[in-house]
This record gives sequence, C-alpha cells and structure tokens, in this order.
Amino acid sequence: MKISRDEIRHVALLARLALDPAEEEAMTATLDAILTYMEKLGALDTSAVEPTAHMLELPAAWREDRVTNVSDTDALLANAPARDGDFFRVPKIIE
Amino acid sequence: MTAAFDQPTITDAARRLRAGELSATELTRAALARAAARAADLHAFITVAEEAALRDAAASDARLRAGKPAGALEGIPIAIKDVIATAGIRTTAGSRILADFVPPYDATVTARLRAAGAVIVGKTNCDEFAMGSSNENSAFGPARNPWDVTRVPGGSSGGSAVAVAASLALGSLGTDTGGSIRLPASYCGVVGMKPTYGRVSRYGVIAYASSLDQVGPFARDVTDCALLLGVLAGHDARDSTSVERAVPDYGDALAGGAKGLRIAIPGEYFVEGMEPDVERAVQSAVETLGGLGAQIGSVSLPHTEYAVSAYYVVATAEASSNLARYDGVRYGSRVDGDGTLLEMYRRTRAAGFGDEVKRRIMLGTYALSAGYYDAYYLKAQRVRTLILNDFARVFQDADVIVTPTAPTTAFRLGEKVADPLQMYLSDIFTISVNLAGLPAISLPCGIDAAGLPIGLQIIGPPFGEELVLRAARAYEAATDWHTRRPPAPGGSR
Repeated sequence: MKISRDEIRHVALLARLALDPAEEEAMTATLDAILTYMEKLGALDTSAVEPTAHMLELPAAWREDRVTNVSDTDALLANAPARDGDFFRVPKIIE
Repeated sequence: MTAAFDQPTITDAARRLRAGELSATELTRAALARAAARAADLHAFITVAEEAALRDAAASDARLRAGKPAGALEGIPIAIKDVIATAGIRTTAGSRILADFVPPYDATVTARLRAAGAVIVGKTNCDEFAMGSSNENSAFGPARNPWDVTRVPGGSSGGSAVAVAASLALGSLGTDTGGSIRLPASYCGVVGMKPTYGRVSRYGVIAYASSLDQVGPFARDVTDCALLLGVLAGHDARDSTSVERAVPDYGDALAGGAKGLRIAIPGEYFVEGMEPDVERAVQSAVETLGGLGAQIGSVSLPHTEYAVSAYYVVATAEASSNLARYDGVRYGSRVDGDGTLLEMYRRTRAAGFGDEVKRRIMLGTYALSAGYYDAYYLKAQRVRTLILNDFARVFQDADVIVTPTAPTTAFRLGEKVADPLQMYLSDIFTISVNLAGLPAISLPCGIDAAGLPIGLQIIGPPFGEELVLRAARAYEAATDWHTRRPPAPGGSR
C-alpha cells in the first residue's frame, strides 16, 4: 500500500475536509491506485534536472503605488454566507 | 427560424449583421430558442441569461443601425464556461459550493467580449472547478454529446463545445488546464484552441491549477477561432502572468497555406489501444498536409509517458492550494458544525465539493505534505523540465507538431466514472502541452464507424499561434469535416 487509512485521515484534516468512514475507505483505495501509477516518475533519474514551476520567464511586474480598486462594501459582502454589518461573520475563534 | 439562422459562422453572421440582412435580436432569439429546445437532452447551459442577452442584442442593433459597431463580435451570441466571472450573472464553476455565487465584476475575457460587441447568452456546463474529462463531474448533471446523447461531450469545458456543435451559440469560451478545451472540441466535432500560457488574461477566471490554466475559444471553423483569439489575447495589468507582447492579426496567418511548413509527427502519440479509425483519420490528415506541400518528419518526445503522472501531481497540488479559499466565509455556501471554526470549514467543504474535487484536493495536499514534497511535487516539476526540453528540441527543426487529440472518440456516459485513473488517461495526448505551456488547437479530421467526430491536434512553439492557425486552416480548406453537423434532436447512434 502506498497510503494508509490513517494517512488519509491526517491529509483530510490538513485539507479541512470531513470524510465519513465510507469516503475514507474509497479515498484510500483510489489514491493508492493513483499513487501506484505515479511510481513510474521514480524510474526517471532527475538528479541533474532543474525543476520548472511554469514556462514563462517573467520579470516581476511593477506599477505605480496608486489605489485602483473601487471599494464597494455591499457588493463585496453580497455573496457572504453570514454577515454582520460591514463584516463577514465567522464562528468564535478566541475563548 | 430558417436553416440559415441555425448554421451561420461568426464570420458569416458578422457580415450579414453589418449588411442589415439580419439583426442581433433575431440571431440571439434563435440561439436562445435552440438552447431552450435542447436544454433537456444536451444540458449545455447551467444558466441562460435570456433577459441580459436580449438587452445586449438590442444595444448591438442600435449601434449597427447607427453604423457604429463596437467591434469584431458586434451582435454575435457567445456562451461562456461557468468558471469565468460574469458581473451580475451567476457563476457556479459547476459546484454546489458556488451554486448561488453572483460575481461583482467581469473577468477580463468577459469584458473583452463585451467591448467587442458580443452578446453573452449564458454560462455553460462544465466539470466542477474544471476537474474532469467528461463533464460528468458537474454538480448540476452532465452535458451530453449532440452526436449521440448517450455519450459524453468531453470535459471539462463540455457545455461550451456542445453549445457550438449544436448551434446554441456561434462561439464560446472554455478553459484548458490539461486538455479541457481540446478534448471536448474533438469529441463534439468543433474547433477549440488553447493559447500559449500567458497569451490570454486569467483575471476573474476561477483558478484550478495556476501554472497550467489558460482561457481559449471554441468555434465552428478555424477562421472564427482566429477571430475570437484576437479579441481575447493581450496583456492585462490585472494578471501578472499575462505577457506584454504585441497581438498579431491572427486572420492574416490563415492564408499562409501548408507549403513549406515543417510538420513533426511524434511516434509516442500513436499508441497501443488507440481506436483504429482515429489512427487512420490522423494518418490521412498528415498525408493531406503533405500533399499540400508541407514537409513531414518523424520525431520523438521521449518523456510523453510520464506526462499524466507529472500533471496529476502538479495540478492537484496547485488545486489544493487554490481551493483553500472556499471556506464558508467570504462567498459560497456554509455548513456550521459544532460551533468551532475548524468544524465549520470541514463540514462546509465536505458538503460543497463533489467526489472528484475532494479526490484532487486530497492528492494535492498529500503531495505537498511534510515528507512527500520532494518525492512528488519537486519530482514532478523536474519531469516537467524534461517534457519542456523534449518539445524545445523538436521545435528547433519543426514549425508544428501534429497528433491525434485523443486516443478514442467520445465514450459513453458512466463508462469511466468508477475508475478515475482511466478517466485521467483520456487526456494522455493533451496534457504535455499544458505542462510545456504551448499553444495547440483541435479541429475535426474524420468520423469514426460509430458516427462520432475525430479530432486532429496541432501544437505550436511558445507564442506560435499563427503557425498553428495557418496549418489548421490549410488542412480545413482542403477538407470538409468542419462542415459536418450532428444529427437532429433525439438522434442517437
């Protein structure tokens, strides 16, 4: 096995996903099959190869430090699932 | 509705609109009527923007009557994949978690379409967050292939391909991260193009894998495709990965012909298990191009077999990071748990995401997690370099590379749902192009024994869109596959 049920539980916590037992079991089997297929990457000697993040060689983009956004609180809050005045409402995080 | 209304290309319709032979309102009404008539069997749209479209069409007609068209797409009905933001029009990314999301602003590509006078008829069905090869991962149910409604249209931009194939719009936008424009174009018998990474702005496009995602057009033929690309392409100060590079007149590239083009055929793209009709059609297309005066040569892209593995590490790692934003706070749905923030996050995401999205988030999180980063993510990035180098070597002596778009034609709904790895392998011929950031097109090159369209892929060097379009148009001008239409509604084969 490339990945265990315990590892699946750990990764699900890192990913902030609640999985029920049936999902955990299915996820373990599927990810195991995919990771086994991916083992072929290990067959390539890449010790002398630089990694590629993306194909562009872009310089950092510079611009004037000028405000261009239009601030419209109502428009920005319109899609929020819970709102309190001009704020996003979240569960209590400090005891 | 006359037959002529059903079938115009963008180029034809634009000429007739300007000549006053046709109005944008008539054209838009015809598109909306077809979309409504085919909603049940094709399910190409998640949202049809009827009211806004008719308002935009009336504005187009006013400008046309005044002799002042806004741009190349004045009055042309266009559909947009539902991962691209449209101000005031619901944008779901095919996900439950964004089922009620209405963007407060337009993506740059949406704004460019509007500025060119296009009428946006609606938002097309797609795999959730563009993750899939069949459109079956849409939370709203799959789109279906107009050539045979028991088959998938391909994914992830399935609805965009269906809309063009069934004339529900004259052109459409998709996104392509591993083949999500080219595969559905191939399965639905239309033209679809993924531009070079950085050629088109991604501002306002819901991100899947940021080092791979690119927006591109679907059209009925190569001429329309070039026209749409010209509208979309160009630098955008709001997307730091868009490139400051002049946009050529892609229409000028179309007349070049195949004579003198150096075309490379990679042996690795003719594999065991390939559908014989696909292989025959592509070989025949290569002979056609040779007959038109192109020089054909065999080449090798030796790292092709590693592309699917490298892609599913890189793409899922980036997806796990990009999708962290769906946390039930700023937008999207929320499910409260036991009152803690952690449980709210976990339950919101468990309820909001479908199986394939969860799978990719898990895979990507695993590949980036402590102890596995070097073995998976860094390794995949090194393999990416090898794939990039393969292409660079071939393009030293070739103008374009020609391959099949996919090893088979459209498969049946449900056929690959239970086996994600088999589904991933549908993208075996398109994925390397994204890893290398290259431009590539899929265009029709045949019909198989089951009556389904076959796609030809033409790949160019970085920013070689003109070469790709030139080769594609030369082939199209010598053949009539692009004029074949799917059967009438209710047809299945």
